[in-house]
Parts: sequence; structure tokens; C-alpha cells
Amino acid sequence: MNAHRSIVVALALAVSVSAPCLRAALAQEAEVPPPQRWSFAGPFGLYDPEQLQRGFKVYREVCSTCHSLKLLAFRNLADPGGPGFTEAQAEAIAAGFQVTDGPNDQGQMFQRPGRLADHFPPPFPNDQAARAALGGALPPDMSVLAKARGYERGFPWFIVDAFTQYQEEGPDYIHAILNGYENPPAGFTLPPGAEYNKYFPGHALGMPKPLSDGQVEYTDGTPTTVDQYGRDVAAFLAWASEPKLDERKRLGFQVFVYLIVLIGLLYFTKKRIWHAVKHHPELTEPRPPTEYRRS
Amino acid sequence: MSGHSIYEPQSSFMQWLERRLPVASLAYSSFIAYPTPRNLNYWWTFGGILSFMLGVQIITGIVLAMHYTPHVDFAFNSVETIMRDVNYGWLLRYLHANGASFFFVAVYAHIARGMYYGSCKEPREVLWILGVILFLLMVVTGFMGYVLPWGQMSFWAATVITNLFSAFPVVGDPIVTWLWGGYAVGNPTLNRFYSLHYLLPFVIAGVVVLHVWALHMVGQNNPTGVEPKTEKDTVAFTPYATAKDAFFIGLFCLFLAWFVFYIPNYLGHSDNYIPANPSQTPTHIVPEWYYLPFYAILRAIPSKLLGVIALGGSIVLLAFLPWLDTSRVRSASYRPLYRQFLLVFFVVVIGLGYLGSKPPEGGYVIAGRILTAYYFAFLLIILPLLGLFEKTKPLPNSISEAVLREGIPIGASAPPPSSGGRA
Repeated sequence: MNAHRSIVVALALAVSVSAPCLRAALAQEAEVPPPQRWSFAGPFGLYDPEQLQRGFKVYREVCSTCHSLKLLAFRNLADPGGPGFTEAQAEAIAAGFQVTDGPNDQGQMFQRPGRLADHFPPPFPNDQAARAALGGALPPDMSVLAKARGYERGFPWFIVDAFTQYQEEGPDYIHAILNGYENPPAGFTLPPGAEYNKYFPGHALGMPKPLSDGQVEYTDGTPTTVDQYGRDVAAFLAWASEPKLDERKRLGFQVFVYLIVLIGLLYFTKKRIWHAVKHHPELTEPRPPTEYRRS
Repeated sequence: MSGHSIYEPQSSFMQWLERRLPVASLAYSSFIAYPTPRNLNYWWTFGGILSFMLGVQIITGIVLAMHYTPHVDFAFNSVETIMRDVNYGWLLRYLHANGASFFFVAVYAHIARGMYYGSCKEPREVLWILGVILFLLMVVTGFMGYVLPWGQMSFWAATVITNLFSAFPVVGDPIVTWLWGGYAVGNPTLNRFYSLHYLLPFVIAGVVVLHVWALHMVGQNNPTGVEPKTEKDTVAFTPYATAKDAFFIGLFCLFLAWFVFYIPNYLGHSDNYIPANPSQTPTHIVPEWYYLPFYAILRAIPSKLLGVIALGGSIVLLAFLPWLDTSRVRSASYRPLYRQFLLVFFVVVIGLGYLGSKPPEGGYVIAGRILTAYYFAFLLIILPLLGLFEKTKPLPNSISEAVLREGIPIGASAPPPSSGGRA
């Protein structure tokens, strides 16, 4: 018993030694992005097509200058569970982009207006061209950006998240970054070409502040603030990275109903079968079906 | 255990088949008439869950392989194509990725049950060793599967883990080059990992057959650790064990569905949605959660070579558990001291898992060393000594007696069977 107690003491010691270290580590990290309300959060949350359309407008007018969206095709804009454009609208959007095709019969590559089947053309022909044009910074592709970004949730939140179904770290982070530009605090030396962002790990962000109030026109009366732009474009990028979310949650609900009914039936089946063993053991003699005979 | 029913074909076709290939009687005696202790609790359903999960992983994996491209330039995008353009591709991939995690949830529960009830002891040593081999195969298969999406964590996990072999003097570096198929993790590495990731599940399935065969030779252990003595101590596998397994597999599926449909990326790392980039190292390279305890052991040892040996030893030692544990009593229910040390061991493994996810600095290192010390002390010192000094509780004479003690009459005179007989 003494040995057991000393193990408990050792465990307690281990925890107490690591706790201050944890706090110190947290203090050095970037600020935690404030959680936003997302229409697509929770077990029944789905994308809001109007928000995705606004977010797409922000992407097209602002982000797409530097950021590619290679994994998305124009046809996806008309997919169910997406921004809800009609096929004609998606075609019109595609036609507004110039896509490189070829080689043609003369062996030349050529430019033509985009079609539904085309993917979003990248703003730069390759990474080196992007770096050359942007002073060395490489803007990441945005296709899965909302799933590729996040922040350390830490104990106990990472356990709580499994129950609350919090999956929106990426959109929260993107919204926070767009709203996180500040003047650097005294004593902070920014490397040349970088801007201070309180939510970016290390704080020196290569991307200049991309959005300002009133920059993108909304026709539905939604406020044209950086806060709102950030939320809309983060929602759009969440859809771009997880376009089957609506389908997934709808199927998930059906699977849950099916499984719960099935588990109920299996439980009562099991209970009935075991009833005899627990209360009337003489009934457990196997009753031979047609194919079998008791030896 | 004698006297359970045997298969006798009645129809002329089954009689004809039985004389040529007695597969029906094999299936009957293995999965229907097989006597199973009547007092098994729900911890015994994880064997069935594991077989079920192996099936899920193989079926989803085969379909995923039809759409995946094992090439460094296309792997990442082909996975995204599966997510976007393949019918129910998102479901297949999320089932497969989360299924791997749940495979490990089940195997850890299965191992913990074996340790708690002394299932590794005589005469089940070979059964246990086959289990450790299965676990090792799962670890290797899971690791290779994690590399296939070719994200940042895939690439850097492959780099870190294969580099472990470089700790060995003289042979280390040639082994690493041989594993990589080149001088860095690259296309040959991805190709061979893909090939092996497809092969190993079938090796696992083969060893599972041996594992089940060995199980059917010696029979199942049970919560008392006392062998069944009479027919009263056992019930037929079908319908009793199958009904219980089916119910618990259903619950396990619900648990899995929660992750697959609602938090599919909870167990993954966001960095793995960034395409692999050999020139950019992530801030923290962490393996999948199910390797974290072993990762913590690796990092707890200051010397790289000793760390690698400790990592390997922490798993290989489990194979020697039947001999490290010197007690003649199997079940922890009758071993008060062992029970406490074992529960602490389980907490220590979970603690190591937490530390494995943290950067190796400051207090985390010290805590990791204390917990690693306990891990090995438990297996190498506490277990052998406990068997010699521990005063165990009196064992029941039989399973039936143990069940009777819990207040359920066994073989007592029962009322005549009424129609139905519901609870």
C-alpha cells in the first residue's frame, strides 16, 4: 500500500511540475481567436448559401488577386449544399475567368473563357512567380485552408470539443487573422515586409492588411465591415474545404436514428436470450434446429 | 466442456459437402456450439469489435485504393478528389481515417482487459503473443496509412519515424536509406508504404485466424480467471455471445458515427491538410494520438539509441507478460495489490499519451521520465515481485459459484417455463 501511495505522490509531482510550464508556454503563443457563431456549427448546422455568396464575392474581388483555389471547379458553385448559384450563374462566373488551355493544333497554349468543368485558374503561373511578385511571400492555396489552420485548444478544451462538436477552429482563425492587424507593441521588431498580427503565431505576417470597411459592395444590406467580410469569407473557405458538410450531417442524422433503433432491438434481443441463463438455467438446453442434432 | 452439440448435416447436399469439405461443421463448432464462459462481461466484446473493425478498414480501404494515386505529386490532390468528386468518397475516407483510431480504441481496451483479468497466463501464452504481434502489425499499418495522404504531418512523421533506425551504430544509416529507397523520404518511400499498407491488413487477417485458433484451443478466460469445470459454467457462443457482441458492436458504431459524421477531423492534425513540403518543418511534429504514449517514452530518454530501444522495448516487453507476471492467480479481482498497481499503470499510459502531445521541454520532460520509469518498473520489477509477495483473495471453486455469490441462482430449482419467459 505504501508503494501505491508513493506512486500517487510521484504522479501528483509530475503534474505539478508540468503545470507552470504549460502556463508559460501559453503566454508565449499568439492570442486565442475569439469564437464566432457559424451557421454550419453543431449537429444540424448547415451552410448559409447567402453568406457563401457574399464570401465568394470577397474572395473574388480581394483574395483571388494572390490566393489560388485550385481544387475547386466552377461547377462546384452550383452544387447542392454550396453557395446555391444556378448553373447559368456559375457558367457566367466561369466565363469571367481566363483559363489556359492547349496545346492546340498549332502546338500553342492559348487562353479562353472558363467553363463549368474548369478549376479556378491560379493568379500566378507557379510558386516562384508568386514569390517574385509579392516580395518573397508565398500566399497559400485556399482550397483546404479552413481545415489546414487551427490553434492549440489545450486541456481541457480538447476533451470538451469532442462533446460540443466544435470543429470551426479554422474559420475562427481565418476571421481572427483578418481582424487581427495592429500596430506592433513597443519593443517588437518587425522583419521588413511583414505586418503585425496579434493572432498569427510569431505575429510577423507577410500578408498586408487585405480588407478595409466598405471595400466590397454588398447588395443585400449586410454591413460592409471587415468583421463581416472576415466572417463571410471564412464561411466561404469552410465550404471550399468541406463541400460535402451538408450531405454529411444529413446522412449522419439518418445513421443515428437507424443505429439507435437497431441498438434498442439488439439490447432487448440480448436481454431475452440471456434471461433464461440468468433465471432458468434448465431452459438453456440447446433446442436443435432442423440441420443440427444434439449428440 | 464436453457434450456440446455437434453438427450433423441433415440435407443430402450438406451431407455430400460434409464428406468433401467439412467447412459447415468447422463453422458450427467454432461460432455456434463453441462453449464460452457464462460470466463474460462487456470487456469481452472487444474481440468481436476488432474483427468487425478489421472488416470495415479492409472494405473502405479497397475502395479508397481504387481512387488514390501513390505519387508525391498527386497523392494529396487524389485524396481531395476522393473527398469532392467520388460518390460518398468523403464517407469512405472519414470512415477509414476515424476507423483506424477506433481500431486502436478497441485494441487498447482488449489489451487492458487481458492484463486486468490475467488472460495472458498459462495456457494462453501463445494466444497472447499472437495478440502482441497483431498489435505491432497494426502499429506499422496505421503509421504507413497516415503517410499516404502526403500532407505535412504525413511527410514529417515518415521522416522522424524512419530516422529512428539511424540511431543504431554502423547499420543505422544504411537501414534508413534502404527503408526510404533513396537518400530522403520521397516517391519510392510513398510507393512502398502504399504497397505495404495494402498488404499488411491481409497479414493481420491471417494472424487473426491463428489468434482465434489458439483461442479455441485453450478457451476463453473469464472475469474470475477460474477455468470452466462443468457444462453449467459455459453457454453456447451462439446465441449468447453473438447477441451480446452484436449489441455492443452497435454501440461502438454509434460512437464511431459521432466522429465520422460530426467531428471527422477532431482526431487528425490540421497540418495534414497542408501538402507535404520537404523544405518546411512544422513547429511541432506529433504522431497520431494512438502512438503518443510510445512517442513520450522515446523522448523521455536523453540518448537517441536508448530512446529507440525503450520505444521498441515498451511494446516487445508485453510479449513476455505471461512470464513477467509470476502470480498463479489470474484475475485482478482476487489480487488487490496488482489491481491498484495495474490501474496506476493504465493512468500512467494515458498520462504518457498526454505528454507525447506536448513539446519536449521543461516540466513535460521530467514528468515524462517519471511516468516512463513507472511503465518499465511495473513490467520489470513490480509484476515479478508481486507474484511472490502478494496475498490474494480466495478464489471461487467454479464460475457458477462466483456467479451465485453475486446473487443470481444457478441451477436452482426454477419455476416451470412459461410461454415467453421475458424479464
